[in-house]
Amino acid sequence: MSGVENLSRRGFLKGSLLAGGGLILGVSWGARRAQAQDAEPEAPAVFQPNAFLRIAPSGEITLLAKHDEMGQGIWTGLAIVVAEGLRVDPATIRVLPAPADPAFANNAFGVQATGGSTSTWSSYEQMRMAGATARVALVTAAATQWGVDAADCEATDGKVRHAASDRVLGYGELAQAAGDVQIAERVELRERAQFERIGKPTPRQDSAVKVRGQALFSLDQRVEGMLTALVARPPTFGGKLARFDAAEAKAIPGVKAVVEVPSGVAVIGDGYWSAFRGRAALELEWTPGEGGDAPLDSDALRAHFEGLSQRPGNVARDDGDVVAALSAAERTLEAVYEVPYQAHAPMEPLSCLVELRADGGAKLTTGTQFLGIDHPAVVGRLGVTPEQVEFQNSYLGGGFGRRANPASDFVLEALEVALAAKDLGAPIKTVWTREDDLQGGWYRPLFVNRIVAGIQDGAISAWHQRIVGQSIARGTAFEGAMIKDGVDGTSVEGAADMPHGIPNLKVELHSPVLRVPVQWWRSVGHSNTAFAKESMLDELAEALGQDPYALRMQLLEEHPRLQRVLRVAAEAAGWDTEPAEGMGRGISVHESFKGFAAHVVEATLEDGVPRIRRVVVAIDCGLVINPDQVEAQLQGAAIFALSATLGQGITLKDGRVEQSNFHDYPLVRIHEAPAVEVHIVESEEPMGGIGEVGVPGVASAVCSALRAAGAPRIRRLPIGTQLQG
Amino acid sequence: MNLRHRLWISTGAALLAFGCSGDPEPQPAEPAPQQAPAPAEQAPEVDPFTTVARVLRHPRCLNCHPAGDRPRVGDDARIHPQNVQRGPENHGMPGLHCATCHQPANQPLAGVPGAPHWGLAPRSMAWEGLDDHALAEALKDRAKNGDRSLEQLLEHVSHDALVLWGWDPGPGREAVPVAHDAFVAAFRAWIEGGAASPPAKQ
Amino acid sequence: MAEYEFELNGAATQVTAEPGTPMLWVLRDTLGLTGTKYGCGRALCGACTIHLEGQAVRACALPVEFAQGKRLRTIEGLEDERVGKAVVDAWIAGDVVQCGWCQPGQCMSAAALLAEVPQPDDAAIDAGMAGNLCRCGAYPRIRRAIHRAADALAQEGK
Repeated sequence: MSGVENLSRRGFLKGSLLAGGGLILGVSWGARRAQAQDAEPEAPAVFQPNAFLRIAPSGEITLLAKHDEMGQGIWTGLAIVVAEGLRVDPATIRVLPAPADPAFANNAFGVQATGGSTSTWSSYEQMRMAGATARVALVTAAATQWGVDAADCEATDGKVRHAASDRVLGYGELAQAAGDVQIAERVELRERAQFERIGKPTPRQDSAVKVRGQALFSLDQRVEGMLTALVARPPTFGGKLARFDAAEAKAIPGVKAVVEVPSGVAVIGDGYWSAFRGRAALELEWTPGEGGDAPLDSDALRAHFEGLSQRPGNVARDDGDVVAALSAAERTLEAVYEVPYQAHAPMEPLSCLVELRADGGAKLTTGTQFLGIDHPAVVGRLGVTPEQVEFQNSYLGGGFGRRANPASDFVLEALEVALAAKDLGAPIKTVWTREDDLQGGWYRPLFVNRIVAGIQDGAISAWHQRIVGQSIARGTAFEGAMIKDGVDGTSVEGAADMPHGIPNLKVELHSPVLRVPVQWWRSVGHSNTAFAKESMLDELAEALGQDPYALRMQLLEEHPRLQRVLRVAAEAAGWDTEPAEGMGRGISVHESFKGFAAHVVEATLEDGVPRIRRVVVAIDCGLVINPDQVEAQLQGAAIFALSATLGQGITLKDGRVEQSNFHDYPLVRIHEAPAVEVHIVESEEPMGGIGEVGVPGVASAVCSALRAAGAPRIRRLPIGTQLQG
Repeated sequence: MNLRHRLWISTGAALLAFGCSGDPEPQPAEPAPQQAPAPAEQAPEVDPFTTVARVLRHPRCLNCHPAGDRPRVGDDARIHPQNVQRGPENHGMPGLHCATCHQPANQPLAGVPGAPHWGLAPRSMAWEGLDDHALAEALKDRAKNGDRSLEQLLEHVSHDALVLWGWDPGPGREAVPVAHDAFVAAFRAWIEGGAASPPAKQ
Repeated sequence: MAEYEFELNGAATQVTAEPGTPMLWVLRDTLGLTGTKYGCGRALCGACTIHLEGQAVRACALPVEFAQGKRLRTIEGLEDERVGKAVVDAWIAGDVVQCGWCQPGQCMSAAALLAEVPQPDDAAIDAGMAGNLCRCGAYPRIRRAIHRAADALAQEGK
């Protein structure tokens, strides 16, 4: 057993530093409200060893989840880790969303946020401690009550036992007494080999409520007297309202009000349908958006970006002398890889319910990945104290980054609607249609990559990559932290840090400024850089006459985690066997978000239509909390990436988004979805991410599989109809 | 909306089904444009069957008279998305019948077309790929046309709700570009002229 | 506004609604049954799938007047029928859900499929379920859960 210094005390943690995990726990200002949020008045008998856990006299254990549940299974994961320390069945822990409170800050970011595939690894030590701390207090309380040595007591399955005297007390019975226990300075944590809960396939705590339609998502939230708003927004990015006439909209039955808000015109109705019809009946005139480096037309943007890629940019990495190496090379290869804007398109469209309060504050009920950003934004807009703004988070019907908006766009807009319609005296839920979602911006940026590689003595001697794409961080609160020397780290991640043994390697970046709002989209910059890098490696393998697997193994000699997942995926897929007639295989390996993933894809081409037959994934994310959900994430990530590879893309024409719904922004459907086999590598290495790690490597592996099946090399995503006729 | 057409799961074969249009268009709120009459088709010197064939080959009709088991959608007659297939009774597959999405009337705000007994025409009425001769033969063949006399066919193309949908297909879809009156007149003229089949192409 | 009557999850139900209102919003906003989800409003995603006379129907494209006098079932009542219960059980046992937004609709389609085809092969699943999108990509588990539900129903029937 390892001892971990525990500096936490009863109640909320106060800026402590845990020696074991090196975790800084934020100072809480919202303790009272956090307790009240559960609707139960704070009872002294409820044991609250820390910000996260409560044990009621009934024995019910509640965990306030510091990370949002958007499908990734994190609530179950957090419960497993707590359960390990608390010695209970994770299924007995009820998980609720945390309130907005710095006590729930993401340890990787310093603000309350869910994203970046950080949830599990960043909270692991903290959750272990939260559970173990509580257990020790409960055991101490029992031992004190019985007048025995705590060391002779054992905690299992929600009970403390003293074997010698055959006495047992449930955690609930001990809750009140445990609250008075001075928590020990050190607690014992189990070693990995002793884990009873961590690492075992564990059912999701949210399966039943979600399947039965009982889980409340943001869009499902209802309160007495609630009205529904839809906002008409400008058809071009940066456009402004010139004039509107609401007469016809107001004549629609059920429409209660039409108000102007900074983002457009809100139609407020007694339900979705009246608001929807009312919005359709608005007469609107807009002035087009202006400014930016290039006209908003995808073809023109691609040409503009392609031009930029021929000019030097800000340097993100510069090893050796790439210019000299390229001029000395026996042979050079040059390729341009492009990816389009992509929308997150979570299945649950965005919404936010706002209840204004008499004291000038508000309660907001929504589904956000970004309480730590949204909360201060609302506080600032209302000009109130933090305590006057309450957030109720919900299950998130998919996020993929969209609900972590750096401008708190959908939250602040809903607030503006409520403020503009304050006279109605009603709670107002602002909802987005699918069209609003797909046309509303905040996309994964369009990127163009130019790579020039040199071959010398049968090896890759030089790699010169220029990346062109909008900066996500620019103009956000993250700019200072994320942009260094003119380089937005999210634009070059996966390229500037590529670990391959190439002696002369240069990566440059152009970040044109455009009016299209851009945002992190599942796997962020890696979704572009891995496609470019892995595709180019396959083109180089072809030029060198080398096996793509062997080339990668050789280039990654210093990187055993990458080599290992690559080997596992290749072996599982039968890389060294001959594929079936007409079938091609592609392979990739990529590190992102501290996780390591390799993919082998098998594909055929039928009348120019790619058919993805099988995906084999190997992942090393270090210690695994719930293997069943690692599998689910890797399966889902592969299919998410397939959609973006095969048919999906946001394009602009004359400043307008051309796509509007799932007929022209096609997600992969079940008949197009391959089997996805997931191989989790047993690993003693540091913990890493999972949710995004499975996305980056898919696109190139698909394109290389099609290439192996006889198709031309695809350098522009999505594949769409490029291989037809 | 016609409430008399609430019978939306057809029990019989959909005859001459002028069906299956596409997935919704981006801006569905505008009313369907009025189709212009096509005076050229009313000129007496044109073989009336030419007019009939022109209508039957229009995507509003042909999309759901496919040669295989995959209906088509849209003015560009692309394969119906969502893996939609004919199914055992020409009304889609178990779990995803035509009526899963298509109601007895167009749903313009949802962009989904609809008409009573929406579905594919039976295989015997597959018109895709037929020349005028074969098309006329198929129309007349009681083994293929649902055992209808020529008079019954005329009645059908004159009044069947799903046929008439071809002239009121909702926003985002081109209506059949021959006026329905002109089509019926041509159909009648063809029958009255002996319902001859144009010569087969050599 | 007009009055409509239908049988919903076994109970006679009356609502007042504007003609043309999609059943989706009658269920969610008027009746408070939020298990039926909005995802596209265009019959493209299947998140709003319900049963009308036992068949899967997209509630976003079903105006309330077409439900008049009909028998409707939503996810809230799916477990009241044998096939529906098997589907829900298989979905929970197989931990199909990720974000979960699409899953009530997936279950409604799966139950409609299994009611007609008790032992669907993968091709039948691909045909019957292709109208239901899952952004999280749970398709492999959806397929597995349908097979499991079919097997459980077959066992039960023995």
